[in-house]
Amino acid sequence: MLLVSPNAPGTSPGAFCVSRATASAALALTFLLALVFVVGTGCTPRKPADLVIHNTSEPETIDPHVLTGQPDGRIGSALFEGLTRFNPETGRAIPGLAERWEVSADGRVYTFHLRPKIAFSTGEPISADDFVWSWNRAVDPLTAADYAGFYFYIRNGRAISNWTNGPAGRPTLGIRAVDPRTVEVTLENPTPFFPDLCAMRIMTVVPRFAVERYGDQWVRHSPLPCSGPYQLVSWRPNDRIRLKKNPLYWDAANVPSETIDVLSGDSPSTALNLFLTGEIDFIVDKTVIPTDLADTLKQRPEFHPYNYLGNYFVRFNCTRKPLDDARVRRALSLVIDKRRLVDRITRMGERPADALVPPGMEGYEGARGLGRNALDARTPAEFDAAMAANVVEAKRLLAEAGFPEGRGFPRLSYMFNAGGGGGARMHEQIGIEMQAMLQRHLGIAIDMRPVEYKTYLMEMSQRNYDICRGSWIGDYSDPTTFLDMFQSDNGNNRTGWRNAKYDTLLERAAATPDTRERARLLLEAETLLVRDEAPIMPLHYYVGMFAYDPERVGGIYPNLTDEHPFSAIYRKPRALKTAAAAGAAPATRK
Amino acid sequence: MAILRRILVLIPLTWLIVTLAFFLVRVAPGGPFDKERKSSSPQVEAAIKRKYHLDESLGSQYLRFLGLKWERTENGTLQRAEGGLIAGDFGLSLKYRNHSVSDIILQGLPVSLILGWLAFGFALGIGVPLGVFGAVRARGWVGGASAIVAIAMVCVPGFVIGPALVLVAGLKLGWFPVGLWGGPMHAVLPMVTLGLYFSGRVARLAREGMMQALQSEFIRTARAKGVSEFSVVVRHAFRLAIMPVVSYSGPMLADLLTGSFVVENIFQIPGIGVFLVNASLSRDYPMVVGLVLLYAVLLLVLNLIVDLAYGVLDPRVSHE
Repeated sequence: MLLVSPNAPGTSPGAFCVSRATASAALALTFLLALVFVVGTGCTPRKPADLVIHNTSEPETIDPHVLTGQPDGRIGSALFEGLTRFNPETGRAIPGLAERWEVSADGRVYTFHLRPKIAFSTGEPISADDFVWSWNRAVDPLTAADYAGFYFYIRNGRAISNWTNGPAGRPTLGIRAVDPRTVEVTLENPTPFFPDLCAMRIMTVVPRFAVERYGDQWVRHSPLPCSGPYQLVSWRPNDRIRLKKNPLYWDAANVPSETIDVLSGDSPSTALNLFLTGEIDFIVDKTVIPTDLADTLKQRPEFHPYNYLGNYFVRFNCTRKPLDDARVRRALSLVIDKRRLVDRITRMGERPADALVPPGMEGYEGARGLGRNALDARTPAEFDAAMAANVVEAKRLLAEAGFPEGRGFPRLSYMFNAGGGGGARMHEQIGIEMQAMLQRHLGIAIDMRPVEYKTYLMEMSQRNYDICRGSWIGDYSDPTTFLDMFQSDNGNNRTGWRNAKYDTLLERAAATPDTRERARLLLEAETLLVRDEAPIMPLHYYVGMFAYDPERVGGIYPNLTDEHPFSAIYRKPRALKTAAAAGAAPATRK
Repeated sequence: MAILRRILVLIPLTWLIVTLAFFLVRVAPGGPFDKERKSSSPQVEAAIKRKYHLDESLGSQYLRFLGLKWERTENGTLQRAEGGLIAGDFGLSLKYRNHSVSDIILQGLPVSLILGWLAFGFALGIGVPLGVFGAVRARGWVGGASAIVAIAMVCVPGFVIGPALVLVAGLKLGWFPVGLWGGPMHAVLPMVTLGLYFSGRVARLAREGMMQALQSEFIRTARAKGVSEFSVVVRHAFRLAIMPVVSYSGPMLADLLTGSFVVENIFQIPGIGVFLVNASLSRDYPMVVGLVLLYAVLLLVLNLIVDLAYGVLDPRVSHE
């Protein structure tokens, strides 16, 4: 580190020796020391995992009963299992810790038979009592499980969750241990998707002994007793979670990857770079795949788009004038060209939506909403004709509501969450397109109202908005996972729309054991929602995207419920060998 | 004595900063548990709030945060609520609910510290020679070029230089890993990305300092005595020229050691810089307050050290 050029005029070689260059020496020393420090601490040899998965954001918690986020859920499913589990191919329930079950004739009583000799990873056996205790823990308001609503299908689940009068007289949950290997569950109503619910994180079995001993933070105590295919080795926030196969898991022989590193990070370009340089085998979620590059990436064999149960829509505040008038809401919905939004902005191959429930659910055909004629159009000419007809209809509705040619229509605002990455930029672009469409076709002006995420949530909950963006991801493969949201008193409604007929239809559907009649009632409710009343305007159904090289990695399947259990995913043998070679000589790069 | 007094002043100052942080973060709209999907029942929502004491009054929350909250236990005796600042406990993160604030800081801080030190070394190691050399050769093209380089380093932000480095040195040439934290090779690109801006600042400060120093009376005297130019620069002018760099080093070091959101995000590094930004966005109150306290203490202490270093380098500065 020369401070001056050695050939500076009048320099004698001796002058630069030791004497007064202390400052520079100190600098060099600092630099060196830090380097040594890094070499010392950073170089701790870490055996590379058999599989490296990018799991997007850092999990907020891994307590399977309390967790809510998708990244959390993926870890939760690896560590804990319930009576059923997700089939990696279909995302639907298959036997888990229960090897089989029977349903009573009225569809209300399920009898589950546990597998023999099931145990936690620490050796303690799992019995029917553990399920009874675990489910009672999850539904107890004191556990503060946001998703306790899954228990409302079980007898007294809702009553317990809403109980305010202390322990005395509190009803008991409809689950009992008939014998150590038999669990009997009594439901409020016949629930055809109940086995799917049993695979959810919130219905898994947790170790009573650990929870009672350590309280809320039981998942932080090592070793963590796990009931799922994996156990927890280490957890470093914002870096990685290391999982190791649970040798006591009943199906351990069929769990292909011995160790898995699950990385957390929010930057899409970093995730992509890590994937391209072979540091990551599998990116599980499109939130860390750069949307700007969607067009290019879709062409490559490593990027796999798939449909899942998600809907991107717009909420109208039905308590504000003039949006309290269904004619106005329908008019606004009719003139939005949803094809343009998915072709120009989202670009992952999303299907434009006219209904709330995404297509593909077994035994449910789906409602036909506003502007379906345009979505069904096969040629550009047909499409233009349909759009033109819709604009005429919208103008008629608007005139009927008292705003001929948009005259006298107040200036409304469109609220969305801005800032914080690629997704939020998309919300704005969609808003701007809709702004232009409303202006062009109806002469209505709306303002953009970008707000920060938490403000967005608060304003939406308090209905401090005119029009705002919304989205919903379904939890299980049944229309009610979407339709329940718009019941009058559902906390997720947030539009102020109250419709007694809609509520009744859903209640009747819930009580109907006949599946075809049930589907018909649900269809009627959805049609009322998206065609007649339109408190929301569906824009498109979500498309997910995986990144993995099919030559190197297997066990990953697209499915509607977006469930991709880690316990099915593996590196193909050739790829494993290459990784071992790279591990032996860390300097070589894959 | 003067030093002791300055150290004592740090205590109320830190308290003031932390108190401000405590209340300001709670003024922001929304709360830590506002989510896209509502809790299943109001009882669940209430239970979460109660668990983290968010149902209490602000004053009570503040006392609890300080560790000065006295509560009646079940058998009626008055007892101090556990934890609190006086016990060195910030509580659990409200976002990452399986980790305490101290836990997250203890895991992330070493990473940010290492990276910060490296970038600090890089900034001085590149900046000081560049600046000094530029000043000595101010008249020639070398001086001009070094000034332009320094300005360029200041002007190009990390979110441009980082991806550019990744693209060239990581993806194209394959010399360095494109992200994550592990071996020394992982540290190189983040260090350069983080340190480059500061190198430019340091170079400009060193250059100005040296230009001024070279015009001082005592330099003219030294030259008149026939001292060699090298000796003039290194022995006489350098000590004076480096002063602006020294005073800048304190805030610079504090800035570098507490991690950088941009750099940690670009390289997916598990430091605390990412937490500082995310905690405020997710209204993770204890986390924000804990990190603000850390930042404040670092800044105050480093400034104190800088002031002391002044005295060592320049005998004219006294602490009395």
